[in-house]
Amino acid sequence: MTGDLPAIADADTVPGRARRALAPSRGSRPWTFYVLATLFTLYVIALYGPMVCIYILSFQDVRGGLVFPMRGTSLHWFVDLFTQVRTGDVKGAFSRSIRLAVVVTIITVVISFMSGLAFRKRFTGDSVVFYLMIGSLVAPGLVLGIGIGLICNVLGIETSWYTTALGAQLSWTLPFGVLVMFAVMSRLNSAWEEAARDLGASAWQTTFLVIVPILAPGLVAVALFGFTLSYDEFTRSLLTAGSLNTLPLEIWSMTLNVTSPSLYALGTVTTLISFAIIGICLGTIARIQKRRAAGPSAH
Amino acid sequence: MAVENGSIELAGIVKSYDGANRVVDGVNLKIPDRAYCCFLGPSGCGKTTILRMIAGHEDPTYGEILIGGKDVVGLAPVERRTAMMFQSYALFPHLNVRDNIAFALRVRGVGAQERRKAADAMIEKVRLTELADRLPAQLSGGQQQRVALARAAITGPKVLLLDEPLSALDEQLRVQMRQELSRMQRDLGITFIHVTHTQLEAIAIADIVVVMEKGKIKQAGPARDVYDQPQDRYVAEFLGGQNVLTGRIERIEGDSAIIVSQEMRDVVVPLGARRTASAGDVVDFAIRRDDVDLVRPEAGGGGERAKVPSRVRAIEYQGNFVKVILDKIGADELIAYVPDRVFYRDPFSVGDVVIAGWEKNKTRMLA
Repeated sequence: MTGDLPAIADADTVPGRARRALAPSRGSRPWTFYVLATLFTLYVIALYGPMVCIYILSFQDVRGGLVFPMRGTSLHWFVDLFTQVRTGDVKGAFSRSIRLAVVVTIITVVISFMSGLAFRKRFTGDSVVFYLMIGSLVAPGLVLGIGIGLICNVLGIETSWYTTALGAQLSWTLPFGVLVMFAVMSRLNSAWEEAARDLGASAWQTTFLVIVPILAPGLVAVALFGFTLSYDEFTRSLLTAGSLNTLPLEIWSMTLNVTSPSLYALGTVTTLISFAIIGICLGTIARIQKRRAAGPSAH
Repeated sequence: MAVENGSIELAGIVKSYDGANRVVDGVNLKIPDRAYCCFLGPSGCGKTTILRMIAGHEDPTYGEILIGGKDVVGLAPVERRTAMMFQSYALFPHLNVRDNIAFALRVRGVGAQERRKAADAMIEKVRLTELADRLPAQLSGGQQQRVALARAAITGPKVLLLDEPLSALDEQLRVQMRQELSRMQRDLGITFIHVTHTQLEAIAIADIVVVMEKGKIKQAGPARDVYDQPQDRYVAEFLGGQNVLTGRIERIEGDSAIIVSQEMRDVVVPLGARRTASAGDVVDFAIRRDDVDLVRPEAGGGGERAKVPSRVRAIEYQGNFVKVILDKIGADELIAYVPDRVFYRDPFSVGDVVIAGWEKNKTRMLA
């Protein structure tokens, strides 16, 4: 009964206020729109233009050089990339990088998930642990790499891509993973775990039947981070990968001694792989969320 | 499993998180099997903590919790034969209705076929058959509540614990689901313990109402007793419907006290439980708002009634009755609920001088 009175008053005043407050939906856009749109366009060109140049130049034919203009179109340099020995061990570097990235991803997801769970409760020294983690994130990668190389030298451990480089990369991917996990965990309501416990689930069952499925999209995001960060990691791997190169190291060494569009072809291939992986991950997240789609909720 | 029935006994329960503040401070209570018991109190009074201790999600600092005569402190919820329905229902968002309800069977290792059958039977019981494949996000608040109820009930608990089960619903649905809870409790034939801060909800649904304040039980008993015969000012004010007035005992006459204050003269109140009260004591007493009637000063009236001259300050129409707010007595509100048919025979308006009166045996001395 008493609720009617304010409602009537609202009907009178609110639309009028709203009309004044909102930008008019018809009519021309303000001049600032065009300024900002131009700025944004320039930014996008500056961001992607150089990369696009490389992709275009990688499709030249056998006469191709390192600069414009284009000389013919073919897939010659892609074939060259994988068949010619003088361009270096691209195939090997590729497979090493992928395998390394997969291992890094798995370790990152598992440890980030566990530390995410741990950090939900306060524990002694939790802030120290947190700042140590952030420390390894902001430490210059090259310095960290040199340090690892030095220690290995002192201890007589031989550096290689699957031991020391793995460790060096984890020092980079783990803090990222944990930070993303914090954001993911904030959506986890502890009532779900209590409900599971109440219904008789063991700690393992609660983790794998409740927590992991609920957090699945977030875990995929952490995996994506882990994979892409590892796949193009350079500074930390440079002095820790030992005698066999990972892909970014291979590309770097190619820039020093290869003077053909093979280099560009390599750029194109690695980019495609990165995009494919990102696409797969985002697609997975989208599929999970669609399956849970908030349908016509009553609220 | 030794727990065979849903009677509950709390003996000297104390809960303290920091060793200094007692969230629950010495609670003793017996709840018979198959009762519907409501814990009622404002937020922070410890009612949810008691519920969680009965459920086994928290352990008491001191004291014993007996369910079916067995001390259950330290046991897992499943061993206690309790099940909890959480405040926001805590339905698993990634599982559909059927899988949510079958969850308890799944973690017990019941086969897929069998648990589907059991879940579908329970789904039918809560009338959700056509929604069995929906996800929680696709259900309304009332439907979600039924899923939560079914999920908790599928293990065949002896005690169902409900934490503010209706607070997430809108007013109309709340009344409807209240009846549904009551029906489910009779159907299942088990003990329900329901925590709420809404007194109307508690007295509408419960066999036993437990009123709490600051970790202590203020009064426990059948809903009607607690509403009609509050023991002290806190209970009377929390349950509402009562005028709680303060005055000084002028003299004792037989088993009644004659009470006076600045606004009241010669108000007779039976001593009731306060036999030790003597002249000069300042006491609280209660008179139900619907026991107060209003007459105009010129009308006079019988001699055996309390009469307090007052003035109408505000009038609120409430449908079946009219809430007439009178001048305060000291710091206390004086309000009369007048049946609307009576009121509109000779309606008062704001500012009218009236005599508020009531029969003396309708008043009740408070502790």
